[in-house]
Amino acid sequence: MDEYLIIMRLDLITKDRQPSPEQMQAYMKQYQEWVADIVAKNKFIGGKGLSTEGKVIKSGHVITDGPFAEIKESIAGYIMVHASSFDDAVSLANACPILNGPGNSVEVRKVVSVHNM
Amino acid sequence: MEDRELIPHLFRTEYRKIVSVLCRKFGLAEMEVAEDIASETFLTATQTWGVEGTPVNPTAWLYSVARNKASNLLRRHQLFEEKIRPQLENEVNATDELEIDLTEKHVDDSQLQMMFALCHPLVSQEAQVGLCLRILCGFGIEEIADAFLTSKETINKRLLRARDKLREENIKVVFPESQEIEHRLERVLTTIYLLFNEGYYSITKDQILRKDLCLEAIRLCTMLVENKLTDTPPVNALLSLMCFHASRFDARFSESGEVILYNQQDTSLWNADWIAKGGYFLHRAGRGGKISTYHLEAGIAYWNTQRDDTPEKWERILEFYDKLLDIKYTPVAALNRTYALSKAKGNDLAIPAAEKLNLTDNFFYFSLLGELYIERDAEMASRYFEQALSLAKTSTDKNSIQKRLNTLYN
Repeated sequence: MDEYLIIMRLDLITKDRQPSPEQMQAYMKQYQEWVADIVAKNKFIGGKGLSTEGKVIKSGHVITDGPFAEIKESIAGYIMVHASSFDDAVSLANACPILNGPGNSVEVRKVVSVHNM
Repeated sequence: MEDRELIPHLFRTEYRKIVSVLCRKFGLAEMEVAEDIASETFLTATQTWGVEGTPVNPTAWLYSVARNKASNLLRRHQLFEEKIRPQLENEVNATDELEIDLTEKHVDDSQLQMMFALCHPLVSQEAQVGLCLRILCGFGIEEIADAFLTSKETINKRLLRARDKLREENIKVVFPESQEIEHRLERVLTTIYLLFNEGYYSITKDQILRKDLCLEAIRLCTMLVENKLTDTPPVNALLSLMCFHASRFDARFSESGEVILYNQQDTSLWNADWIAKGGYFLHRAGRGGKISTYHLEAGIAYWNTQRDDTPEKWERILEFYDKLLDIKYTPVAALNRTYALSKAKGNDLAIPAAEKLNLTDNFFYFSLLGELYIERDAEMASRYFEQALSLAKTSTDKNSIQKRLNTLYN
């Protein structure tokens, strides 16, 4: 099976979108269930959440604040999975709870590694 | 700790600690920055713990992330370059000052100082309770809006205005001067009491009791008692009164969420620990000789923890209410005083006193009259209860009244 990267993008800028503690708890639970599901299918490789601050280095070695200052869809985290096909990976990604929030999105990319046979 | 409540619980307890420490360091003018850092810390937690699971020590994890965010901010922000760095170079080793101190003593002190700052007399009382709920108790905007029966926009506006005021007036996160403390404490205590009442008598949800709000109020008051500067008699009296009320938390509601009136409560569910705590603080409140309204209310609350209808109980309660009304008239106190009068001296005296009150827009007024007339004239009593029913707003209140009516019809 091939490896896929599932990238989660969150609208971090619009202040209205700040969830309440109860909502955060619910999201956390949903994430955990989503991941557990993938683990149960024996397809989970790993994943991380990302901190909200960051930096962007542009050509010319210009370092700026970002990404949250610049684009609305900031990468909130990612997981890596095994999947039998792109469609399979997409179906795993489709269950991501981040999609419950308007303005959020999920990106699926296949990992092309020198180690893939 | 039930997993279901982990983040809301942590938000309640840690949000304010982080914000208080940061406000103390950056100043109240940067309160929004402090809040942003705290909020983002929680957002990061939600994502990371969602994907990786909950860390072994969630609080330490939160502090670590908050500390890093704040240090990053300090390092790159204009604020640091223009204002802090010049001062630092004169004072301490620069790297020390980049540390955010989240040790227990510093956190406790910062929160107390924050309490005084938020309850500054220049900020409107209305805004203060909201601000305390947000910053000191970690309540979400929606919850606060619910508590005040208003909208998120209104609350946001209120908080914005309050923050602007704090910034304009350049209010600092420090302890007031010792001669100022007593006066400044008055506002703080009013706010804490408002908070407690919001929880105890919440008219916004079907469940009257918002235990969290009450416990937060008690926690804030306890912080005041634990600090020598603020350990004064009125503070102890307020804490005592809240403890006495809290002792009946578990007895006030049935399994199905219905309100159980005082006389029908299962006294085995009255918490003896809370009553003991109330007694302890009431005793401490007695040092010093000056009586505040909180002392009087605590006295009444004490007697309410004694279920037996002894003459002494109601006579003392009546006395306390009379003194309270002397200091300040409120419809609630007047109604309660009348009830105490009926228990101490009988309906013949109480009924005319009640009728004189003429609080015809208040459903409690009609409930009281209903109660007083039950033995004398069931017909009148039921009419009064019907009137109360029509004025009552929440379903919890309506249900209570309906139950009284039903006992009459049987």
